[in-house]
This record gives sequence, structure tokens and C-alpha cells, in this order.
Amino acid sequence: MKSKQDSDSHGRFAPSSAFLRRRALRARLMHTLLLLTGTLSVLVTAGIVYTLVRDAVPFFAEVGLLTFLTDTQWTPLFAQPRYGILPLLAGTLTTSLIALLVAIPAGTVLAIYLSEFAQRRLREVVKPVLELLAGVPTVVYGYFALLVVTPLLQRLIPGLPGFNMLSAGLVMGIMILPYVVSLAEDAMRAVPDALREGAYALGFSRLQTAVRVVIPGAFSGLTAAYLLGMARAVGETMVVAIAAGQNPRLTFNPLEGAATITTYIVQVSLGDAPYGSLAYRSIFAAGLTLFVVTLLFNILGFWLRRRFREVY
Amino acid sequence: MHPSPDPLPRIRAARRRDLLFATAALVVLFIASLVLFGLILDLVVRGAPHLDADFFTNYPSRRPSRAGILPAWVGTTLVMLVVAVLAIPLGVGAGIYLEEYARRNWLNDVIEINITNLAGVPSIIYGLLALGLFVHGVGLGESILTAGLTLALLILPIIVVATREALRALPREMREGAFALGADRWQTVALFLLPAARPGILTGIIVGLSRAIGETAPVITIGALTFIAFLPPPPITAEFPWISFDWLWSPFTVLPIQMFNWTSRPQPAFHELAAAAGVVLLVMTLAMNALAIYVRYRARRLLG
Repeated sequence: MKSKQDSDSHGRFAPSSAFLRRRALRARLMHTLLLLTGTLSVLVTAGIVYTLVRDAVPFFAEVGLLTFLTDTQWTPLFAQPRYGILPLLAGTLTTSLIALLVAIPAGTVLAIYLSEFAQRRLREVVKPVLELLAGVPTVVYGYFALLVVTPLLQRLIPGLPGFNMLSAGLVMGIMILPYVVSLAEDAMRAVPDALREGAYALGFSRLQTAVRVVIPGAFSGLTAAYLLGMARAVGETMVVAIAAGQNPRLTFNPLEGAATITTYIVQVSLGDAPYGSLAYRSIFAAGLTLFVVTLLFNILGFWLRRRFREVY
Repeated sequence: MHPSPDPLPRIRAARRRDLLFATAALVVLFIASLVLFGLILDLVVRGAPHLDADFFTNYPSRRPSRAGILPAWVGTTLVMLVVAVLAIPLGVGAGIYLEEYARRNWLNDVIEINITNLAGVPSIIYGLLALGLFVHGVGLGESILTAGLTLALLILPIIVVATREALRALPREMREGAFALGADRWQTVALFLLPAARPGILTGIIVGLSRAIGETAPVITIGALTFIAFLPPPPITAEFPWISFDWLWSPFTVLPIQMFNWTSRPQPAFHELAAAAGVVLLVMTLAMNALAIYVRYRARRLLG
């Protein structure tokens, strides 16, 4: 039975003013709380930019931005330290490019197959498996690179050092493959079926439809998939820190070992650089560089993804 | 006019190319799966013999035969407790706000673009944020609390996006029905939308938490110990008030750090321990992901 206060003389629902006040108060409270949780994400970004810049600025003041961007040596732990980011960038780019050389061709072929050729049943099995693989911790891939793939490669390529960028890059390529396939397949499936049916009606085969209709239609989405894969590879830490070597070296030779930006940050974190020292600040300068590079790839990638969504 | 050439040979050629491509794609799929499952199998074969009770109850040791993962799994459990308590309400809250409350204005546009970008920030950058802000800025030190905060922020975008997608999938009529019955916005959300969106939200939460379990880089940056021979103080004590939060301030290690440490040692005996830790880690994360996929699959079937 309803309490008497909540009904009028005809038994119709008529909430008391105290009830309505309480409800309005709760509504306003929840709205405020939810708004706060929403703005938290903005605070996180602000916090990231603030902490990176706060320690990077004194670093740049001491080292010089021009030196940082153009010097070809990164030797922060030497008696006469030099701080040129180029060797670390070279390591980052080399390992990432190897990863993309694996992930882009394989990822595109698999995405075309899944989206245009495969039976629904196969797709329903492969898609969850791809998601499952995306959950494998990166440290496990690091283990694979150093202790399984490198010994195998050493049998094929005599004289390959124990730490090399080839092994790290290949394993990273396998690691980002599920991610690239998933994004690329989404992009192709977003192309409306009417376009496919039109192509079939003109006598196109499946492959012709895929290459001449679906891929051009999904172009921006595919590019986005590659860019997001690149951002993932550039920011990846554990695989390169474990398997690609620790020496900053200005080389693009995949058969050598070289440190990446992320490797350097890990290296300094494992030692104990005193708080506020130049070595401590250098990881924030390195981190800021990484943040800017991945942000560029991500923004471009998400912009393209949004574009392909709006076309259809 | 020329007589039109017979199209059949060209159609046959195109069909052959179709078949060729499909075969090539299946070969790629086969090779990729073979490589991955080969790697995982290798890990299991090397690691499994070490997975006995001692492995879970021993501290790490210089002697491989005695080393275990006790502090690592205890650390992982405690850190994940903090992550769950922080990330679930904050992430679901932000998702509800963006999907059900936010009108289109500049602030909400900023929040929305921002969350998409945060999802792409490399995890080690979160580690630097935590090092500068939590460890040295606020003075939380290299503690379980710091690790929990860091990983909670890291998985926030995953939970936000999952919550939004789950709410977006609900029909408009549900909201209109609730409003027509006199519910206000919060009642609509709490009594109608959240229960219906639960499987999708749950999927996002599980995927996020499993991501946090496996994260290594940010935890290294904030100074997780790589060799630890003690446990954090227990959360339940003998004296009043029986519950203690001292463990939040304790130094710690977690499973992926332990695995990283053993992997980077030169002695092969430690590599086998690394494989064993990897098996534990893999079982945990894969089981959680499988659960997430199952929850979503079941919800889809129920909805038809």
C-alpha cells in the first residue's frame, strides 16, 4: 500500500513536496558527481602534460633544445654526458618499422579475407580469438623475443647478437597483428553492402570487389588502422627493453642491438637516478618526445577513423 | 562493331585468382596462429614443471630451485584491489555522464576527444605521470597505493568506452518509457539502463582489469622492487579495529615485474622460472578475457 502522503483524495499518485525535494537534491548530486568523474579524464591529460613538461623544461634549459634534437650521441651516464635523442629515435623507428612490415601486409590480407571471403562461422571464431590475443601481457612477448625468437634467428643468421632489433621488431609485429586486423576489418565492414552488390552485379569477382571497391572505400579507415598500429609499436616498452638491447646507437641496422626511447626510461627507472638530477629529468624529456610522437599518430588515426564513419 | 569476346575465360581467371587469394590468406592465418601457439606452447612446456605448491609459497631467491612468486602474486592481488575500487566507479560514472547527461557543448567535446586520445597514450607515460605526481609530488612513495592509482588511470578509458557503448546500444524507448512513468534522469539510469547494460559494462571492466594485471612498464617506472623478501602488512589484524590499511603504503612487486626480472638474468635456470611465471600470468589474463567474451556472447544470445 502507498503511504497516505503520496496520494491525493482520489487515490492518484501525488508525491509530497518533501519527496520531490529529496529527489531533486539527489538528481543534482548525481549529476555533479558524474560530471566530476567525466572531467577526471581531462585532469589526467593535464597531469601528464604538466609532469612531463615540468621536468623536461629544466632539462632543456640545461642541455639546449637544439642539442637534444640534433646531437648524435646519447650517453647520459658517461663522465661527459651527451643528450642527443636521435639514437633513441632511430632505435624506436627501426623496431616499429619492422613490426609494421609484419603487421601491415599480414593484417591487411587477413582483414580482407575475414571481411570479404570468410564464412560467418569462421569469422565468429576468429574475432574472439583476436581479442583474446590482444590480452597477452607484453612482458610475455618480451620473453618470446629474447629467449625463443632470437635463438632461432641466430641459427639462421650466424653472428647475430643476443640483443637485436630484428627479433624485437618481429615479435612486436606479431603482437600488434590482432589489433591491426581488428581495426582494418572494422573499416572494411563499414563499407556498405550496396557497393559490393553493385560490383558483383557488374561481374566483379570477390577479389576484384575487395581491391577495387572495398579497399578504396575503406581507405581512411585502413590508414587509421596502420597509424594506430604504429602508435602502439612506438610506445611499446617491454619487448624492446628485454630483447632489443640497452645501448643507444644511431643505427637503422636491424641486426644490431639499440636502445629505444622506452628502453631508456626503463633503464633509468631500474637504477636509482636521484630525484631532481639531470638523469632523472632526462627520462621526462624522453617521455615528452614519445608522448608527442604517439599523439601525432593517434590524432591522425582517430581523425581518419571518424572521417570514414561520416562518409557512410 | 567487334563481336564481344567470350567472357567465360576471364571470369574463370578471376575465380582462380579468388581461390588463390583465399588460399594465401588461409596460409597467412595458419602461419600466424602456428607462430603464436608455438610460442605459447614453448612457454608452457618450459614453465609447467616448475608449477608446484612451493612455487606459489616461496620468496624469490638467488637459488633458482628455491625461488617462488609469493610476494608477486600477493602484490598483484593487492594492487588489483586498489585498481578495481578506483577504476570501476570512476570509469562507469564517466561513461554514464558522457552518454546520458552530456549535452553537446565545448566541455563535453573536450572530454570526449580527450578520452579517445588517452586510450592511445603509451603505458610508460602513465608511469612517468605517477613518478612525477604520486611518488614525488604528493609523496605517496613507491607503494601499492601508487601502483593502484596509476593502473586505475591507465584502464579508465577502456571502462569508459565500454560503458558508453553498452548504454548506447539500449533502445531509446527504454528511456522514454522510464521518463513517462515519472522517473527522473538518475532513476532512469540506476533502475532501468544500468541493469540492462550490465553485461557490456562488465565485459569492459574485466578486459580493463586483465590489462592492468599484465602491465609492466608503468610499474617499473614508479619503482616496484624486483627483489623482495617480505609481504605487505596484512589487511586484517588481531587488535581493534581489525582492519588495517598499512599495506597500501608498502613497497611491493607484481607478477609481470617478477617475470621481467627472471627473463633478464643470464642463467637459463631463471629463464625456466620466468616461463613458469609467464604461464601463471597468461592463465590469469586469458581466463579473464575469455570470461569477458563469454559474458558478452551470452548477453547477445539472450537479446536475440
